[in-house]
Amino acid sequence: MPEVRLTVNGEEHVLDAPVGTSLAAVLRERLGLTGTKVACNEGHCGACTVQVDGVPRLSCITLAHAVDGEVTTIEGLREHPLVDAFVRCDAVQCGFCTPGQVVSAAALVAANPAPSRDEIRHAMAGNICRCGTYPKIEEAILTWRD
Amino acid sequence: MARLIRTEKEVEGRFEEVWLVVEEDALEQWPAGPLSVVGRPATRKSGPARVRGEARYTADLRFPGMLQAALLRSPHAHARVKRIDLAPALALPGVRAALGPGEAPGLVEEAGFVGAPVAAVAADFPGQAQRALDALEVEWEILDAVLDPEEAVARGQLVGEPRRNERGDVDRALAEADVVVEATYRTQAVLHNSLETHQAICQWVGDTLEVHISTQYVWGVRAEVAAQLGLPADRVRVVCEYMGGGFGSKNGPDEYTFAAAELARRTGRPVRCALTRREENVHAGNRNATIQKLTVGARSDGTIVALAGEFTNSVGWSGWSSYTEGPMQMLYACENLRTVTYGAKVNTPPMKAFRAPGFVEGTFGLECLLDELAARLDVDPLELRRRNYAHANDGTPFSSKNLEECYRLAEKHWERRHEVRARSDAVWKHGVGMASQIWFGGGGPPSYAWARVGSDGRVAIVTAMQDIGTGTRTAMAQIAAEELGLPLDRVDVVLGDTARGPYASISAGSSTTPSMGPAVRAAAADAKRRILEIAAQRYHLEERVLELRDGLVLSRDGNLSVPVEEVVGLLEAAQILGKGARGPNPTGMSVLTFGVQVAEVAVDVETGEVRVLRVAAIHDVGRIVNPLGAASQVEGGIIQGVGHTLSEQRLLDPETGAVLTTSLDAYRMPTMADVPEIVSEFVDRPDEHLTSLGSKGLGEPPIIPVAAAIANAIRDATGADVHELPISREEMLRALEAATRRERRGAAAAV
Repeated sequence: MPEVRLTVNGEEHVLDAPVGTSLAAVLRERLGLTGTKVACNEGHCGACTVQVDGVPRLSCITLAHAVDGEVTTIEGLREHPLVDAFVRCDAVQCGFCTPGQVVSAAALVAANPAPSRDEIRHAMAGNICRCGTYPKIEEAILTWRD
Repeated sequence: MARLIRTEKEVEGRFEEVWLVVEEDALEQWPAGPLSVVGRPATRKSGPARVRGEARYTADLRFPGMLQAALLRSPHAHARVKRIDLAPALALPGVRAALGPGEAPGLVEEAGFVGAPVAAVAADFPGQAQRALDALEVEWEILDAVLDPEEAVARGQLVGEPRRNERGDVDRALAEADVVVEATYRTQAVLHNSLETHQAICQWVGDTLEVHISTQYVWGVRAEVAAQLGLPADRVRVVCEYMGGGFGSKNGPDEYTFAAAELARRTGRPVRCALTRREENVHAGNRNATIQKLTVGARSDGTIVALAGEFTNSVGWSGWSSYTEGPMQMLYACENLRTVTYGAKVNTPPMKAFRAPGFVEGTFGLECLLDELAARLDVDPLELRRRNYAHANDGTPFSSKNLEECYRLAEKHWERRHEVRARSDAVWKHGVGMASQIWFGGGGPPSYAWARVGSDGRVAIVTAMQDIGTGTRTAMAQIAAEELGLPLDRVDVVLGDTARGPYASISAGSSTTPSMGPAVRAAAADAKRRILEIAAQRYHLEERVLELRDGLVLSRDGNLSVPVEEVVGLLEAAQILGKGARGPNPTGMSVLTFGVQVAEVAVDVETGEVRVLRVAAIHDVGRIVNPLGAASQVEGGIIQGVGHTLSEQRLLDPETGAVLTTSLDAYRMPTMADVPEIVSEFVDRPDEHLTSLGSKGLGEPPIIPVAAAIANAIRDATGADVHELPISREEMLRALEAATRRERRGAAAAV
């Protein structure tokens, strides 16, 4: 099996995996990083969002062997001020989509620390929340530095 | 003392007469309004774990040697397995076991819909299990299928008997009415699509079956798994600490759990069976489609004199016929009423409870009908609702009802309609609409909780309930903290394991807070009594002069003030255990929730695009325990309701009965970009007849009036009567065209 080389949250990993293995599967099944959730496994919902070199990427439809940058998962963002903002604003209900939301939001505020409501809605529209926490997520992102 | 009573128990609008063992809850209600902890906003106890990705859902659990199961599903809407050969699958690498029809509960020989499970395999890896399914050889006998619910009703193909309800003389009242409005409303099938799909891991530990499952009811799973597998209930342990959404679809175990249990028994290994997203869109339940033929008769002053409805629930191959006629029976005062409800048994995937089953659909029909009546009579819709206010539920008094107060609080939102309409231009028409809400949500016994107080002065509330994401963990901790006079951060809640805590209610039917809250308060009060008993002996004071407040044991004269851990510290490593039970509901009273929503929309009359711009929601659910979590429930319900109203629809191939919308690309749920401005308010008055807490449930009420409020706003904006959900552009243009034709006819008649 061909080798996968990954840098995840600053740590280097070298492992063997069959061609076609998704980044999400490697993170969850091989590295034990289950903070990244898989909800649709076909790139429609955003629950599996990670960052590659700071850019949001759907890890369930990203081939592990093809990753060409540094991967950041929710486990690497646990000290990000957005985490406290999400808790403070109650931007979490069942919580299954939430790690993906935080990863997307972290990429947004890194590029644009004071996004408008429209910019937030545009950047976050790929992350589905079935519980409907969207107004609270918007508030968390608007107030993440408070 | 335990008392045996015969009583009516309600879950999701379904009533049954049951024997119940209840214990009296002797506590007085707290005063209304915010207290020290209860009634004040609290962030979620489990918030950091969930947000940081540390919470372990069923989907995240892995056990050594765990196998992956997959299910073979029928490609036909109605067919019988004539012959199945498991051997080719078993010969493949990694495949450890296979089950055919009848070898596990839920694996059927006669498939009643496309997607019905007939066989199962377990393999080392998911890919191997999928390949094994492809290798199964099945010979099918195709049977006659009925997909159209009206055809099923005509054939007498029903789930249960038709449900009939009649009071007064409808025909005479309609004959004497000044105005009669008739309309047919249709609602579509919609899907729960919880982000964590239905799944379970089963493993045998000695002679005990351990079931880790994403569920709303660990005790229900325990009972049903035990019954289906012929095990003593005590030999089944069910665990669910975190779960990724349910909305009514995860109230029981289903075939994926039974198959995993049987495969685990045969292989001696843990077996995980998780639905894929595609399966979730077919086989995880749905809010069934309905057809509602409704009639209202009224006097010219707006007094409703007759209501009649013929309701058809397109139930699917199995399930139950939900209470779609409920709003018509209960929302307004009306002496003459007649309803009949058919549960059509069709060859489509079975329905499951979905956030106020029946009432979401029935409220769309009834509340649109009311506004069509208001338009005909030229009466203000809010005034029409007030004029027909129900002061009793068909003769039975309400335990509490503050709908009039909801209407009063809605006035400021309703008055915006003149200003909103004035924003209209040639293309975009703006309007405001409203709809009322009625639903159950009183909860009930039995439910139990323990309060374990350690020598460090920290409290664990132990009860085998679930927190399905509604925030009940936090609400329970608030109630215990209030009773024990402790800050909220000193109370934890241990839940989700039938082997580690007493029986607790289902997390469905807006029942968790009203069922569990009083039990938790009673447990905390019992623990408090014991703490004060110890303090009284330690400090040579009478118990009655002592109280707990702000983490202190205080005497009323102010002479004693010691931290509570000084008293409980005497226990060293031991603990105080308080026990509590949920008392009975008030007898001879209807316990219901109420509310009203006001929606503002804009309609593009050229393309039929509808945008919901603002929804104001005012609900009456008794005492509010956590205003922050309550606002989240309202927002979530409204957003799901907007999806049901505008974009969500499970589509079937009319020829084959196959679900066409199996991905989250095809099945369109709201995203952040679709969310209107949402304003929520609560009446927040404890129900003085309901338990020591006075709280009702809030999970379901907010989704109930959404569709009707939007449809009524569309009428206000455009004059068009919407009769069908979802309000797609096609439906919107159809309604606009019908309105134009009607206007032309009216104009021609006037000439």
